[in-house]
Amino acid sequence: MTTSIIGVESDIGWVGLATSFVFVAVAVGLSWAKGLGLERSLLWASARALVQLLAVGAALGFVIGHDRPVALALAWVVVMVVVAAITVGRRVPEAPGVALVAFCSIGAAAAVGLGVMVGLRVFPFEGRTIVPLAGMIVGNALASTVVVCRRLVAEVADKRLEIEARLALGQPGGEALISYVRSALRTALLPAIERTKVVGLVALPGAMTGLILAGVSPSAAVKVQAAVMFELLGAEAAAVTVVSLAMTKRLVTPDHRLVRLARVET
Amino acid sequence: MLDLVAPLFRFEAVTVQFGAVTVLGELDLEVADQGITILTGPSGAGKTTLLRLCNRLEVPTRGTVAFRGRSLDELDPLVLRRRVGMVFQRPVLFPGTVRDNLHVAQPDADDAALVDALGRADLPSSFLGRVGDELSGGEAQRMCLARTLVTSPEALLVDEPTSSLDSRSTSALERSISELAAEGVPVVWVTHDRGQARRMGDRHVVLTRDGLLPPEQVQDYVEDRT
Repeated sequence: MTTSIIGVESDIGWVGLATSFVFVAVAVGLSWAKGLGLERSLLWASARALVQLLAVGAALGFVIGHDRPVALALAWVVVMVVVAAITVGRRVPEAPGVALVAFCSIGAAAAVGLGVMVGLRVFPFEGRTIVPLAGMIVGNALASTVVVCRRLVAEVADKRLEIEARLALGQPGGEALISYVRSALRTALLPAIERTKVVGLVALPGAMTGLILAGVSPSAAVKVQAAVMFELLGAEAAAVTVVSLAMTKRLVTPDHRLVRLARVET
Repeated sequence: MLDLVAPLFRFEAVTVQFGAVTVLGELDLEVADQGITILTGPSGAGKTTLLRLCNRLEVPTRGTVAFRGRSLDELDPLVLRRRVGMVFQRPVLFPGTVRDNLHVAQPDADDAALVDALGRADLPSSFLGRVGDELSGGEAQRMCLARTLVTSPEALLVDEPTSSLDSRSTSALERSISELAAEGVPVVWVTHDRGQARRMGDRHVVLTRDGLLPPEQVQDYVEDRT
């Protein structure tokens, strides 16, 4: 059954979904006309996204239905964190043991973020709130974690001589690496900070847009969005700080030597 | 006469492997605790690795390295590295001025100590305020020597420090290091330049890909008769 809220159908139906593919067709047409050679990639990406979203929709329907136990939603969050950690491990293969570090840092960010939002009763402790909130936290933390790890590994490979010169002067490993850790942290957090600065001016964020489309008043949607945004910023900062500090321990041995890294693609 | 003084460094059955590659194999060596010991040999023989073992930037896969009779495993690596200074092949400058660079080695050192270190590296006190990027290659390498000397090391490791310098800068650095050795700071100097080995070395060690050259062949190698 479709519901009409302020002129927007909450279920756009299969015809509506098919209609949205007009825009994909426009992109494919432009690629073909300009000889970009992206037609196959555009179609594959769109088809894959559709299948993934339909699968996730079906799974979410099972997990966060109103009669489902919250434990199912929490299990879903654990799976998200595991997948995110594996993804970090694959994207930064040069970093030793990064998947486990990412699992701990992203998991901690999700736990703290959800704990604060649910614990302070900003959102109810229900599957329908836990899963989307955790999804946003894990997604953002994943992106930042990949950036900070890649940056840190690249810095250590690039500045190996400088770091070893510091170690040779008797600096402890953590101290010898700190300026490179700071640089990597700044790089990783800058997008989140910039995104927060321009929110509402350049882009209307997803949660707010979704709520407004679903008929919630803009002022109420803004409050929810602000709460989500602050939670994401804090969780992202916590995740990258934890992961960079943990990576520092893995890039330097207990006797203050730099570990040998596998080949780094920069 | 029986030599009761422990060598500066003693290597016993030292093997270093990086993955499947054996860089040093079952190496035994004693380095004298005075003057300049030249470590020379062809490229890829493991000279730099051998030097890095002396201040634990590398550790042996097997075997032991001892500094003045004590295994490096028993020593705090941070303390060891301040007792055994190292100058690298290429001058490595940290951001900021020469003073900032010297303070990395000894954050609480006053200007008098910094000027003294600069003087031992044949640099004037006016360099303290100079930005690292403004230094020539030779000046930068001498600044790196001064930075190492700020910690008052008991011994000095130098890894081809003149390989990228012109002859004038090379002579200046050689003079500074010779003076340090004369003052009682033993030096282990890696070079593949046999002329420099002859000029600077009180004794020589030749490391080839097959291990150490026997003592009776060292002089021929250094004199370039092989």
